[in-house]
Amino acid sequence: MALYSEAGLPASYVALPFADWKARPEWPAVSLANTDPVEDLAPHVGRLRLIVLDFPRFSDGRAYSQARLLRGRLGYRGELRATGGVLQDQIAFMLRCGFDSFESEQPGFGEALARARTLFSVVYQPAEDDQVPASLRRLEQANAAAS
Amino acid sequence: MRCAMPDTHFYKYDDYDRTLVSQRVDQFRDQVRRRLAGELTEEQFKPLRLHNGLYLQLHAYMLRIAIPYGTLSSRQLRKLADISRRYDRGYGHFTTRQNLQLNWIKLEDAPDALAALAEVDMHAMQTSGNCIRNVTADHYAGAAIDEIEDPRIWAEIVRQWSTLHPEFTFLPRKFKIAITGSPNDRAAVRVHDIGLRLWRNEQGEIGFEVIVGGGLGRTPMIGKTLREFLPKDELLAYLESTLRVYNRYGRRDNLYKARIKILVHEVGVETMREEVEAEYAANRDGALKLPAGTIEAVARQFAPPDLPPRPATSGLVEAQRLSDPDFALWLKSNVAPHRVPGYAIVTASLKPAGAPPGDASAAQMEGVADIAEAYSQAELRVSHEQNLIFPHVAVEDLPRVYRELAVLGFAEANVGKITDIIACPGLDYCALANARSIPVAQRISNHFASLARQHDIGDLKIKISGCINACGHHHVGHIGILGVDKNGVELYQISLGGDVDFGRTAIGTILGPAVTADKVVETVDAIVATYLDAREDGERFVETYRRIGPQPFKENVYGSL
Repeated sequence: MALYSEAGLPASYVALPFADWKARPEWPAVSLANTDPVEDLAPHVGRLRLIVLDFPRFSDGRAYSQARLLRGRLGYRGELRATGGVLQDQIAFMLRCGFDSFESEQPGFGEALARARTLFSVVYQPAEDDQVPASLRRLEQANAAAS
Repeated sequence: MRCAMPDTHFYKYDDYDRTLVSQRVDQFRDQVRRRLAGELTEEQFKPLRLHNGLYLQLHAYMLRIAIPYGTLSSRQLRKLADISRRYDRGYGHFTTRQNLQLNWIKLEDAPDALAALAEVDMHAMQTSGNCIRNVTADHYAGAAIDEIEDPRIWAEIVRQWSTLHPEFTFLPRKFKIAITGSPNDRAAVRVHDIGLRLWRNEQGEIGFEVIVGGGLGRTPMIGKTLREFLPKDELLAYLESTLRVYNRYGRRDNLYKARIKILVHEVGVETMREEVEAEYAANRDGALKLPAGTIEAVARQFAPPDLPPRPATSGLVEAQRLSDPDFALWLKSNVAPHRVPGYAIVTASLKPAGAPPGDASAAQMEGVADIAEAYSQAELRVSHEQNLIFPHVAVEDLPRVYRELAVLGFAEANVGKITDIIACPGLDYCALANARSIPVAQRISNHFASLARQHDIGDLKIKISGCINACGHHHVGHIGILGVDKNGVELYQISLGGDVDFGRTAIGTILGPAVTADKVVETVDAIVATYLDAREDGERFVETYRRIGPQPFKENVYGSL
């Protein structure tokens, strides 16, 4: 299993499984199953440096919601890593949900990651990245044209 | 009178839409290349092709093209005809989800077919796979006399929000949304994962009733009201909240229990509501709240066409009504009132006697496009009943439209009648099916071909599915027919009393033991005879059934077999 990230490899922490981490919540890295309640991390997000979310199969998309809640709702800013069924055709979705590092066995994953942000220059909905949805870009254009 | 092609009166792509669709085609082209080169396994490739509308059927790949909210320009329909000729066998199949299916696509051609679709601002994204599917709406939208607000404005807003949604592309199961803007629901909102019904409250504000957890398939359920009244500008925040609850808590251990209806059923609608409302409380007034400017900009694109004044009655129509009984029946069943006097909504029946329901050849599609350009503002609708609709036809032009449709074979005066059958593709095409649907539909259609008899029988909806997945909506047919396989023999289970109308939505009740294919027509005949004997003045089939119950039907059917 190789580790990839856009910004080069981050400093390494050993992520404790959620059950173990709960016994030592001062530890900066935790690994969640996709059924673990991310809301429980709320008091700790400022201290955490690494959260690992699991895709037991690539087709099981629960961790996308966990990621968005961690980034958007709880304001987590540390490393957010996807592990398990992580394939290059999901990178664009994962980046938009706030993941920034990836464990994958798929050959060519690194090259795909380098290209992932160039696949779609237009998005239709707000998520956890910097892309501005088409509807807002249209509105800004209309307002600029009117003023 | 033929005139220059007018501008469309529905959503027009801009550069953002075109860029996204063409980048999606490029992405899929690369995925197909990697599949053909062996870099992707079929298991890895499957969701990617499904998300682009490509199924693997019994004999070949099938491409399911999205027709968002069933609205289509004549130019787009011509392109569909062209694509069906170039990449398929020169015909297509309109479905109950307002999509068009091409049944004989080659994998290596699929990216080119999608690129050709993109030329007319269309795509096949999310027409299959475990994601939010093509959003459907009332097929009379923008023309209906009873419309509170055009549901397509909201369907387009939902289409954009749901397209390539990063969080909801790997849901537990598929997710279907339907929207109606009329009190007479023609979009079947109670049998969708989410149904949205626009209505006006006591304060005079228009908002959505949000209905959740309806659906057919192997566990048919009528949707329940999740929220009575949702302000329109919070639609996306509320949908995102509901989808997030479903994505997190929907079952993934059993394919057949993975739809949101099972989650709602298992936790109860009250718990579901609490979860969604808690999520919504955190999402409302946020990034998904729709700015007035955004709503207005989309609504402007659906502004009704400026229809020139035309006489409300026509001597020609009246004369032909008296001299031509088939035309008179056609006016009754295939022509609906329009909100503008002097105009009408015309349904082209894709169910001529003995033909596969919903099929159209490339030449027929082009003929329909011609008629739309000459008489209906170059616009068309696809109905979930698998017919095509001309939304804006002048009353004066009805005889001409009838004549031109007759040339195409689409002037059958049977809309809403016993031969206006909904049927899934069945075992002739589908890898899931247990039994054939189309030949059964064809046999019933031939048997009841007499228009006078059909009109005497009146409104009667037959819906046929070739397996328990219920793509033919048999549960909500007045007469539902379900193909089952018993030890290699195709049998058909008959149910009665299903209904999809709002306020009366009901799942049909199984009549008795399944019958063999050669007995289906006799069985339907016995059911119809029972109704004709028992009906009271003006009573429709389903009303008689509700009054007298299944017993008389049972006796007639099983006594006579």
